[in-house]
Amino acid sequence: MIVGKQKPIDDIWEMISGYQKILVFGCNTCVAVCHQGGNKEAEILASLLRMRATQEGADIQIKDGGIERQCEHEFFESAKGSIQWADAVLSLACGVGVQFIAGKYPAKVALPGLDTLFMGDVQAPGLLTESCQGCGKCILHLTAGICPISRCAKRIMNGPCGGSTKGKCEINKELDCAWQLILDRLEALGRLDEYERVIPVKDWSTERAGGPRKLVMDKEAS
Amino acid sequence: MNAKTNSRLEKILVAGHKAVTSECGPPRGGDPSHIEEKANLIRNHVDAINITDNQTSVTRMCSLAVCIRLKLMGLEPVLQMVTRDRNRIALQSDILGAASYGISNILCLSGDHQSFGDCPTGQNVHDLDSMQLLQTVRLMCDEGKFLGGGDIDSPPKMFSGAAANPFADPYKIRVPRLAKKVACGAQFIQTQCIYNVEKFIDWMGKVCDRGLHEKVFILAGVTPLKSAGMARYMKNRVPGMDVPDDVVKRMAGVPKENQPQEGIDICVETIERLKEVKGISGFHIMAIEWEEKVPEIVERAGLYPRPQVS
Ligand code: SF4
Ligand code: SF4
Repeated sequence: MIVGKQKPIDDIWEMISGYQKILVFGCNTCVAVCHQGGNKEAEILASLLRMRATQEGADIQIKDGGIERQCEHEFFESAKGSIQWADAVLSLACGVGVQFIAGKYPAKVALPGLDTLFMGDVQAPGLLTESCQGCGKCILHLTAGICPISRCAKRIMNGPCGGSTKGKCEINKELDCAWQLILDRLEALGRLDEYERVIPVKDWSTERAGGPRKLVMDKEAS
Repeated sequence: MNAKTNSRLEKILVAGHKAVTSECGPPRGGDPSHIEEKANLIRNHVDAINITDNQTSVTRMCSLAVCIRLKLMGLEPVLQMVTRDRNRIALQSDILGAASYGISNILCLSGDHQSFGDCPTGQNVHDLDSMQLLQTVRLMCDEGKFLGGGDIDSPPKMFSGAAANPFADPYKIRVPRLAKKVACGAQFIQTQCIYNVEKFIDWMGKVCDRGLHEKVFILAGVTPLKSAGMARYMKNRVPGMDVPDDVVKRMAGVPKENQPQEGIDICVETIERLKEVKGISGFHIMAIEWEEKVPEIVERAGLYPRPQVS
């Protein structure tokens, strides 16, 4: 799923200043899992902003709301009224949701309430880690199911680099070296000899490098 | 075996001499005089000089420009190339540029992460990794092809090298990793600086067991310690560096003013010991901002005068 983190309240306050009617708008799927952008977080953030408005005597109305997902048309029905009311929507979705609102409601200002961080997993309660960068040509079958593109600081296809120390990455002692993980797993699977296969030069044209990507599905499949 | 390039380093190694290389870091500015001085200090004592490529991710004068300068001074440069900052277009283009000046040695590296340097907020590239860069060099030289498949008019002739760090983790793949680099086209290896001589000898034994020493020339890396503080710093702060406690103790055991000499003694002793170890084809002496000591080390280690090759 997509992981994000709420922007500092001061930044949000600065972003919304100048607008009269603000809708703080949650997205109750990915960013709700990390407790940053769900409908509950929208409610809490809206009350914090109302308090701030009172403290600073700002002439501003703040409502909260939310839907299941901000990246698909069909979920927006229930929020129609509040979006019409607002002159700016502070979206707590990932960047996809913010842009979807901007595209869907050309007359409304869409503001990002989160910093969208990465695609990742919930390793433990409160611990989310990056594990895919959508490179468009998955190589997990070559790397024991551990992605060096997203989990190695240098995206090394034939690692580890010389900086790998005691299982940790050279950039940070808290970070596992992806190549140590790959090797440990190859060993556990009894396939350490596969380490000597060289992973060839990668075709990055399916990744960000190839320009914005699109998936057009068959009529029947969609 | 015959040398396939005009590289002096390759010719010396092929002739069976123990090679000596060193390295110089380019300046943080546009004035080349200091690096010229550094190179001149060691010119008669080494066979080739590595020019680092924005080492530790700190922005410096570009490696290729300095290599050209050295070449024009009649010296033998080793062009270090990291994959951090340039994509495959830029790397291949720099290889051709180097070839046009008669530069014949390339060392393929991934480079330290940019968070260590002066631009931690910068982007990194890593389009290729160091092994894929080695493959690229071989493709260009041996098959006369670009990565994109096109033919190269007058392909470059390069002696291609890579780094090896026997002390990085995990140890169990340190020999397989070398084998992989050889398979990708490494013709010479310069190792990480060696302080843990026992561990290095163990690694070399395993390298020889696999016969890799017959496929690639291995230059053992050494760096003289300047002080006990430097020994501790290398031990604790530099990723992938193995400085045993007894080395730190030995440095700390002499008065501060004698520590530089102690560091040089350790370096010379290390070379002398490793000269006898099977599979070692030479030495890479990295005297960081201490180039003036290289001649003393080379002479005391019995590696002077340097052989002449044509
Ligand atoms: S290889 Fe590509 S698609 Fe597969 S997990 Fe890594 S980034 Fe994602
Ligand atoms: S230490 Fe491991 S994870 Fe970090 S850059 Fe090197 S290979 Fe990648």
